Amino acid sequence: MSGSLATPRIRAPRSARTGEVVEIRTLIEHPMETGLRQEGGRAITRDMLTAMTVRVNGETAVVAEFRNGSSANPYHVFFLRIERTTELDFTWVDERGRVARAQARIAVG
Amino acid sequence: MRRRVLLTIMALPWPVLADELQTAIEAAIGATRPEPGGITLRAPERAENGGQVPITILVESPQTAAEHVTAIHLFATRNPTPGVASFRLTPALARAEVQTRIRLAEDQRILVLAQMSDGRVRQVAAEIRVASGGCV
Repeated sequence: MSGSLATPRIRAPRSARTGEVVEIRTLIEHPMETGLRQEGGRAITRDMLTAMTVRVNGETAVVAEFRNGSSANPYHVFFLRIERTTELDFTWVDERGRVARAQARIAVG
Repeated sequence: MRRRVLLTIMALPWPVLADELQTAIEAAIGATRPEPGGITLRAPERAENGGQVPITILVESPQTAAEHVTAIHLFATRNPTPGVASFRLTPALARAEVQTRIRLAEDQRILVLAQMSDGRVRQVAAEIRVASGGCV
């Protein structure tokens, strides 16, 4: 419940060939507290990320919307086909409107 | 830790009402009737740690502008709340695959629904046993 979200970590190749399919991995440290858990007879305050958005050259490529069954420290893997040098932009938002961002670049040629 | 987890789970209203699952499914896909097949779901038969269960979902799709997966919805049928995550996909993804980690409070069935760009919905389910329930 500190003032800002943790710094996300991205694993993506630095370069790729035209048409290559590349694996993108994302990780952000976050408790993903649902508010349903109790400790010492008191409910632990809810603290959840709502979504992660991945943009590819400015266009939204995939959005993950999180609900209670998503684990702490959300980790995701997905696959992109790279046609040209690609700028990736990652955004996480929590239920209080706080935002974490990360960028990556995959060079072609 | 394990003892605390068990006590936590027992303090919750239990088991989850099937109505709640039905409501969550309808919120995701409306009244469309899902068809089986067309999805590969990789998940452990037995998860040591219910708090971090690795899941891979791969939907058969060419991922073109004309024919692609628009959303993948994941539900845990016997968690206190059934919603796990929804993934909104576009043809920018080379294949309709996502890998994630989920929480399972106890042994249960997980359900995957995939919405296609032509409006069809595919579904697949898997039973997962959980050695140590996740803190949901």
